[in-house]
Amino acid sequence: MPEVLKIKNLHQTFERGTVNENRVLRGIDLNLEAGDFVTIIGSNGAGKSTLLNSIAGTLPIQEGQIILNGNDITKLPVTKRAQNISRVFQDPKMGTAVRLTVEENLALAMKRGQRRGFRPGVKKQDRKFFKKQLAQLNLNLENRLETEIGLLSGGQRQAITLLMATLQRPDLILLDEHTAALDPQTSITVMQLTEKLISEQHLTAFMVTHNMEDAIRYGNRLIMLHQGRVAIDLAGEDKQNLTVPKLMELFQKHVGSELEDDAILLA
Amino acid sequence: MAIGVYLTFRILDLADMTAEGSFPLGGAIATMCIIKGINPILATGAAFIGGLIAGLVTGILNTKLRIPSLLAGIITMTGLYSITSRVMQNAANVSLLGKDTVFTIAQNWGLSRNNAVIAMGLIIALLVIFLLVVFFKTEIGLAMRATGDNPQMSAANGIKTQGMKILGYMISNGCIALSGGLLAQNNGFADLNSGVGTLVIGLASIIIAEVLIRNLPIGGRLLTLVVGAIIYRLILALVFQMNVEPSDAKLASALVLVVCLTLPNFHLPHNLKGGKKDAGSTKN
Repeated sequence: MPEVLKIKNLHQTFERGTVNENRVLRGIDLNLEAGDFVTIIGSNGAGKSTLLNSIAGTLPIQEGQIILNGNDITKLPVTKRAQNISRVFQDPKMGTAVRLTVEENLALAMKRGQRRGFRPGVKKQDRKFFKKQLAQLNLNLENRLETEIGLLSGGQRQAITLLMATLQRPDLILLDEHTAALDPQTSITVMQLTEKLISEQHLTAFMVTHNMEDAIRYGNRLIMLHQGRVAIDLAGEDKQNLTVPKLMELFQKHVGSELEDDAILLA
Repeated sequence: MAIGVYLTFRILDLADMTAEGSFPLGGAIATMCIIKGINPILATGAAFIGGLIAGLVTGILNTKLRIPSLLAGIITMTGLYSITSRVMQNAANVSLLGKDTVFTIAQNWGLSRNNAVIAMGLIIALLVIFLLVVFFKTEIGLAMRATGDNPQMSAANGIKTQGMKILGYMISNGCIALSGGLLAQNNGFADLNSGVGTLVIGLASIIIAEVLIRNLPIGGRLLTLVVGAIIYRLILALVFQMNVEPSDAKLASALVLVVCLTLPNFHLPHNLKGGKKDAGSTKN
């Protein structure tokens, strides 16, 4: 399997050199192969979001290296990385432009990372494609192309954001707790859609989640971060046979100390 | 002008004080060009370009040098005062007496003076709106609207948000300078101090327009701005009918603005279709 993403010895420290110095990432080494769907768990402050932000480029990299498809992207800005990396945020409001219509948002995503010119933003032939794509969401959105996104529900928006993230096949898709703000039923729908889109297009994906069961159920590899390091990294059969109690046991063995707060992890 | 202010205020979600500088700049450029014997239409175009440059400066100050937008606008506005003064060769106002303007061109079509102003004003306003509507539907236009709406999402989709902001500042101030150029030609003189209060007038027009009609597609929104601007003028004219002393004029227009800006707050709950039943403001 070809390697898609390689993270070498990544360190991130906030408020470096002050009394509040906070070493969020302390040397992360990861290799992702094409088609890997990695779920990431860890308690608050373990460095999950920082890791994702570092890969996306919203946080400048202090130490270490990130290589995507053989290209060193460590110093590239967000807009350049957007050519190959797409992202779904936790807050449904974050992933779409609310005063633009559904089709306008999709059109924006179609051009992700490409040059934008004076051609019409929403093209006629695109509309058919958008309709087909929206129809597979089963949310009756295919006839609401000209509805402003702001008038849709959080679940609908998040489904559209997912679609936007995969419209132009990305080399890597980052999902940052993208179901955390949704009600349980919608959350399931969006997760199923996520799995469908990822498996259909054989995407390489990172999914941060607070939900241990989701982390175990979905994906082919599970990583648990603890205090800025990879604590657990399971793939293949090990991952398939995993249960929540087993995971907790593994984690406690690794850390060698009782979890201070199970509630945070199980929330 | 309201359109220009609208661009930054609503689409880019920024309050751009540059307006107060680019407005007289446009007037000065158009006037001086006409006096030099340049075709009035070209002179008006020159005013637009002057505004583009003013917007570029504010845009760079705001994005590249990371000065907050309000301050960046004030800085450009302050600097522009001297530049406008230079353009006008250090005179406080320059007359266009007896020169051809875009409005005398319309008069040559056989229209009366008043009709000429209305016709030309409408033609230019509609032209600007048409061009903007077309622009906002292009790929770049969409990207610009997304930038104002959700900068993080825009960046994640590979939009260069800084560049979009700068472009927005430029087009916005271009429109404002264009209106400055037109007003100077209508008044028959360029005035160094004509910029005072323009931003507020623009904002008032926007608010009136938004109270009147909501949730329109982008083209309709721009059209209602023209209506909003006219209504604001009408309200002002009504106030002045009531024998207001000339020295109190500014105070009167300030009060009109306060009313225009606050009224929508009291009417808002009624306009929300079947939405929040806010008893607070309906009780009175």
